[in-house]
Amino acid sequence: MKLPVIAAVPVIAAVVLAACAPGSDNKPAQQPAGEVRTDVAAMGDVTLTIWDQETRPAQEAQIKELNARFQAKYPNIRINRVGRSFDDLRSTIKLGLTANDAPDIAQVNNGKQDMGAFVKAGLLRPMDSYASAYQWTQRFPESVRKLASYPDSGDVLGEGKLYGVPQTGELVGIWYNKAKLTELGLQPPKTWDEFDAALARAKAAGQVPIQIGNLEKSSGPYLFALAMHRFGNPADETRLATGRADANWLTEPNRQAARQVADWVDKGYLTTGFAGLKSDDATEKFGAGEGVFHVNGTWSLATLKEAMKDNAGFLLPPGGTVTGGTGLPWAISAKSRNPDAAAAYIDFITTQDAMKTVASSGNLPVLDAGQQPGAGPERDVLDKWQEASTSTKMVPYLDYATPNAYEVIGGAVEQLMAKQLDVEAFLGRLQADLESRRGGR
Amino acid sequence: MAVGEPRRVGYLYALPALLVYVAFLLFPLLHSGWLSLFAWDGLSLGTWAGLSNYASLFSEEGAAAAFGHVGVLILFFSVLPVCIGLVLATALHRVRIRGLPFFRTVLFLPQVIAMVVVAVAWQRIFAPDGALNFVLGTEGKAWLGDSATALLSVGIVGTWVQTGLAMVLFLGGIGKVSADLFDAARLDGAGPAGEFRAVILPALRGEIGVALTLTVIAALRTFDLVYMMTPLGGPGGSTTVPAYEIYQRAFHTGQVGSAAAIGVVITVLAFLVTYVITRVAGRERA
Repeated sequence: MKLPVIAAVPVIAAVVLAACAPGSDNKPAQQPAGEVRTDVAAMGDVTLTIWDQETRPAQEAQIKELNARFQAKYPNIRINRVGRSFDDLRSTIKLGLTANDAPDIAQVNNGKQDMGAFVKAGLLRPMDSYASAYQWTQRFPESVRKLASYPDSGDVLGEGKLYGVPQTGELVGIWYNKAKLTELGLQPPKTWDEFDAALARAKAAGQVPIQIGNLEKSSGPYLFALAMHRFGNPADETRLATGRADANWLTEPNRQAARQVADWVDKGYLTTGFAGLKSDDATEKFGAGEGVFHVNGTWSLATLKEAMKDNAGFLLPPGGTVTGGTGLPWAISAKSRNPDAAAAYIDFITTQDAMKTVASSGNLPVLDAGQQPGAGPERDVLDKWQEASTSTKMVPYLDYATPNAYEVIGGAVEQLMAKQLDVEAFLGRLQADLESRRGGR
Repeated sequence: MAVGEPRRVGYLYALPALLVYVAFLLFPLLHSGWLSLFAWDGLSLGTWAGLSNYASLFSEEGAAAAFGHVGVLILFFSVLPVCIGLVLATALHRVRIRGLPFFRTVLFLPQVIAMVVVAVAWQRIFAPDGALNFVLGTEGKAWLGDSATALLSVGIVGTWVQTGLAMVLFLGGIGKVSADLFDAARLDGAGPAGEFRAVILPALRGEIGVALTLTVIAALRTFDLVYMMTPLGGPGGSTTVPAYEIYQRAFHTGQVGSAAAIGVVITVLAFLVTYVITRVAGRERA
């Protein structure tokens, strides 16, 4: 009776193999609609574990204050806060959400490689029922909600269910040095022609027209996006940025944008040696008075305000189309045993009152920015966000398009600026990345 | 039971160390090997992929480039430091300079500093407005931002770090050589070069083997230096290394199986290199 035993070996092997395959595909059951509880005091004793990335001083200040107020209002909820820097949170959240003791709430990056992948794996809880219970649909404009919406497949940003809401906003605009512009006899540019003229005048006067450092390859894409805003339109740019099926890189406006970036390089409008300069070092140089313009995000406000006081100004690109997004949305883990309490917490930190705390601690609140007090560059940033976030001209970051987009676009722009890729090859690289993700995954 | 006879109880003494070894080294290694046979994004259920992860390493451009770059780095991390270390050690041994411990310490210092600190310091030196451009009079040159010079720049830092290790090993080796041998060589009319060839080189065979092994493995697994100095694989992807590809694939692009496969290949390479070096330079023949 040896034969049956031998025959059984492959079967056993197959069973063992299947049992040992890494990962799991059991998606947690969805909570039926209509069962949402919003009475926090009646939820009994609950501990909420929260992974956030509010670790810079201004961020830490606002979240600590809001947590304290939440605790005071609802003593039955205990908050177990785990603060990690953005990079650390991004690297550990995947393990965190798949673990059995997953956090109840986590800040999750909007992109496909993060939120999209987690939605696909069923690790996040859809928040639509909470959105209607707490009226987040009125609180947050559609443009903001879209940046945290995915269908079950996790592959199209901006469609399907809502998976998170943010506290803060951010824009990538044009910082400028007021004194230098005045010295050159110029006003802050309102049209692209004025911007061109200002760059030329700055160069002729021996100034650095655009201060930029692209060693990390993060600033190059900002510059390319700026050029895209000049020649493209917000709808097409959004399609490209979110990797929609009908998006196409090989168009005339994109060619013009790529040529524009190469042209800025050729004319010597960028910092000498920008390819070897760190982005933060470039911001520091701009703060120290080196450079007339600096293409960077509103997150530089604290640094530049400290260095330049009211001499720093912030502009939307001429034409008003601007790259922008929200801070990391707060999402609820599918494994959370207390999703109702988690939703109540997220509601609490995004109320009108909470936005005041967010702003007074030195952050850019996603809502009601125009009503917050502030002067100088802070006023600029608050007002420009208010203007952009309620317009239809805010375009998401280019790296939401595909899981590899951050690396692909950063690398391609770097090579375009180094003259290692011509315009066609550059756009071809982006198009190839877009197409490689279609149909598959 | 005779003294010195192997007894089973001996295994008991080795057990604690063995348990730690199995739990923290052997098991993760085997588990990586297992993962490398799957196509897995780290989140959903993995699917059996057999050896396709390994096969694609040979066909795909990114992985091949990474292994090519590490070949260049071995030159800078291993071959150059051993050569320079030999020269320095011989010189320091021949010329009785004052303050030898001081120079020895200074040359060994890079080994003691955390790699991240080394990377940040050299990033400043290589910066467009950094010290190197000031000395060379090439203001504004982006050494780390140019695909022609980025890998070279990282390599030079590697040489700077590893030379001290090689030199200290060799100095110790030379110190053990009997003075009679040097005297005999000199009586036979050997000059500095002859002495180096006939006395120092044979005596240092074991140390050279150790230095090569340590530095080659350091080159193969290098990550922190490259990742800090040239983020995202450097200009035009000119400084990607296998360890960077592992990190990128496992944590960012959801290709855990492929990452594990690279890890296994690097481990096998390290074993092979170590084996060859101990074979050629091993003490047992000296």
